[in-house]
Amino acid sequence: MARMNMVQALNSAMDVMLQRDPRVVILGEDVGFFGGVFRATEGLQRKYGEHRVLDTPIAEGGIIGAAIGMGANGLKPVAEIQFADYIYPGFDQIVSELARLRYRSAGEFSAPVTIRTPCGGGIRGGQTHSQSPEALFAHVCGIKVVMPSNPYDAKGLLISSIEGEDPVVFFEPKRIYNGPFDGDPHKPAIPWSSHPRGEVPEGHFTVPLGKAQVVREGRDVSVLAYGTMVHVAEAAVRLTGIDAEIVDVRTIAPLDVDTLCTSVCKTGRCVVVHEATRFGGYGAELVATVQEQCFWNLEAPIQRVAGWDTPYPHAFEWEYFPGPARIAAALKLVMEST
Amino acid sequence: MSPRSRLHVPSPPARPGQEPDFSYVQISPAGAVGRPDVMASARDTEELSLQMVRVLGDDNRAVGPWNPHLEPEELQVGLRHMLLTRLFDDRMQKIQRQGRISFYIKSTGEEAVAVAAGMALTPGDMLFPSYRQQGLHVVRGRNLVDLMCQCLSNTHDMCKGRQMPIMYHWGSGNIFSISGNLATQFPQAVGWAMAAAIKGEDRIAASWIGEGSSAEADFHYAMNFAGVYQAPVILNLVNNQWAISTFQGFAGGEHKTFAQRGPGYGIPGIRIDGNDFLAVYAVTQWAAQRARQSGGPTLIEHVTYRTAAHSTSDDPSRYRPKEEWRAWPLGDPVERLKAHLIALGEWSEERHARLEKELEAHVTACWKEAESYGTLSGGPSLDPLTMFEDVFKEMPPNLARERDELRALQDSGVAARPASTPLAQKG
Repeated sequence: MARMNMVQALNSAMDVMLQRDPRVVILGEDVGFFGGVFRATEGLQRKYGEHRVLDTPIAEGGIIGAAIGMGANGLKPVAEIQFADYIYPGFDQIVSELARLRYRSAGEFSAPVTIRTPCGGGIRGGQTHSQSPEALFAHVCGIKVVMPSNPYDAKGLLISSIEGEDPVVFFEPKRIYNGPFDGDPHKPAIPWSSHPRGEVPEGHFTVPLGKAQVVREGRDVSVLAYGTMVHVAEAAVRLTGIDAEIVDVRTIAPLDVDTLCTSVCKTGRCVVVHEATRFGGYGAELVATVQEQCFWNLEAPIQRVAGWDTPYPHAFEWEYFPGPARIAAALKLVMEST
Repeated sequence: MSPRSRLHVPSPPARPGQEPDFSYVQISPAGAVGRPDVMASARDTEELSLQMVRVLGDDNRAVGPWNPHLEPEELQVGLRHMLLTRLFDDRMQKIQRQGRISFYIKSTGEEAVAVAAGMALTPGDMLFPSYRQQGLHVVRGRNLVDLMCQCLSNTHDMCKGRQMPIMYHWGSGNIFSISGNLATQFPQAVGWAMAAAIKGEDRIAASWIGEGSSAEADFHYAMNFAGVYQAPVILNLVNNQWAISTFQGFAGGEHKTFAQRGPGYGIPGIRIDGNDFLAVYAVTQWAAQRARQSGGPTLIEHVTYRTAAHSTSDDPSRYRPKEEWRAWPLGDPVERLKAHLIALGEWSEERHARLEKELEAHVTACWKEAESYGTLSGGPSLDPLTMFEDVFKEMPPNLARERDELRALQDSGVAARPASTPLAQKG
């Protein structure tokens, strides 16, 4: 075991896979010589050569299009899109090509591409460096969508993604790259070294896709969250003293309905939390699923806490960000409802 | 008066009712364009993007440095493939008009672009076609029954009923799956070629794109990636003058040749007579040799004409002169190769008629067999429950639940399959 922050854990996952599987290649903007703007691929080109860790032109559609061709030719490409906010030029290649190649060719062709991309706000990134577009991808049949909330899961889930035969869009909440963030920007940063999930095996291990995890057991209400919001939800629970159960969704698609609904059926109350905008957001899918499965166990209307339905505003980040106070208010509301 | 800006909105030289005018097509005499060494620097090939490589002259003789000196038997095989492609297209169009398939796209007049290029490559090379290169399947010996079954979405459909007609693929034949989204195959072909180089193979990739869809960003991605990494790939741009109703000027063809885009990316751009079987063969061979020797990619602009409608859903008489194809200055690829073989004393009208009859009968027999595997209106049909397969390698729980839901609906009679599926008109 070693102490790792999330960037080191991701780097370790790619290192392990480059070592184990000659088919694995890394490509993306600045990922080679420089090691990535967030340092996730640091040292990998030096170790594995420039045919396996490739710097690319600034062209997300080209990166993903080329990765699909590489995948179809037997490689396992791991493409980095520098910010999730920049993924849209590659959207057609993801939605129309990557997600459907296996289906449209009845299994004769496929491209096992993993797309890593930092997402989320809280870093003063404004509207072009803060987005959480997971719902856009969750809506696409044929890709798996993942968002880890800690270094251990980040490494284990990334290895599972690369080893799998299906395309994966792997969102990395960049606000928690260096440490868990409880939603209060004025507090001093906490490093991952003080967190149990900052303890990560150095070698190969996996965390399975499609499995959520209960990160805090509780009796009164279930909070369904993922990414940075898992930690913000924990802060809100501490704030209110409500005995909430927090479920880290981890894999957005395919969704682990059983773990989520077992929790909600037990507690009878549910708050859904995400950074992304509310309308048509992934929370709507969670709420609908919970309603279908747990309706007769519900004691109160389900609450959603999400980013406001505006673009991400630079100057009003902390009014926009669904922080502990808003989650706490939702928790109190579901507890008051009868 | 102060100057003011004005838009230039391109307009084709002739609209319905007007005289066809192809004076804008710059044509070099056959044999006039030099053939550089296959490893020549891209800079030294720039002239090729402005001229037009032609081998077959007006006297039906092969001339000049690009003459590939093919044996008569090879030429006869090429003629056979092109003719079979044409007869297959004609039959499928008729079948669509009879309502027996929902949609079709012909390649009439452009057969050489696929057939000659396909013949100049080796079977291990990976092909990424657009939807108008069915000749590639013919060259590689695909059973026409397979293609017909795909168009019928029947029990032998390679796509298991998931794609509209003509979106073929062939894993063991190294022909990639056709997408309905334009241009996406271009950067994929480059990525495939990059992987071949990373793995140290000598296989190369080739892709085809229309001049119209070269306006998509994917064309730029592909050219840039191919040029940057010097990937072993042949990028074919089929300039058939028309993208549904918009003529090639809307893709930028009024100002520069499409081949001229090659040098802009450090890639040789070669403009060729796309209806000249020998020119297509020779230039493809040149580009393939170059790619295999780490010389990098080549852009080939095939100047040709879309004699057919865009698709069975299109009516070109609404936007171009009805008989425009007759005025096309580069003639017809099948007729020109036929005339060349006759000029060589290796073919005759009688043999041609005999071949045509033989191929017609072959197509008829194939269609008969294809229909026995099911049609849109009857016979054996695919199990709709297979629609849940192949979304992922393993079926996730949500899809298994949906499959069970549909099965239950079928079992209860709610979702019984109608005896005849109505045909929808598709773009």
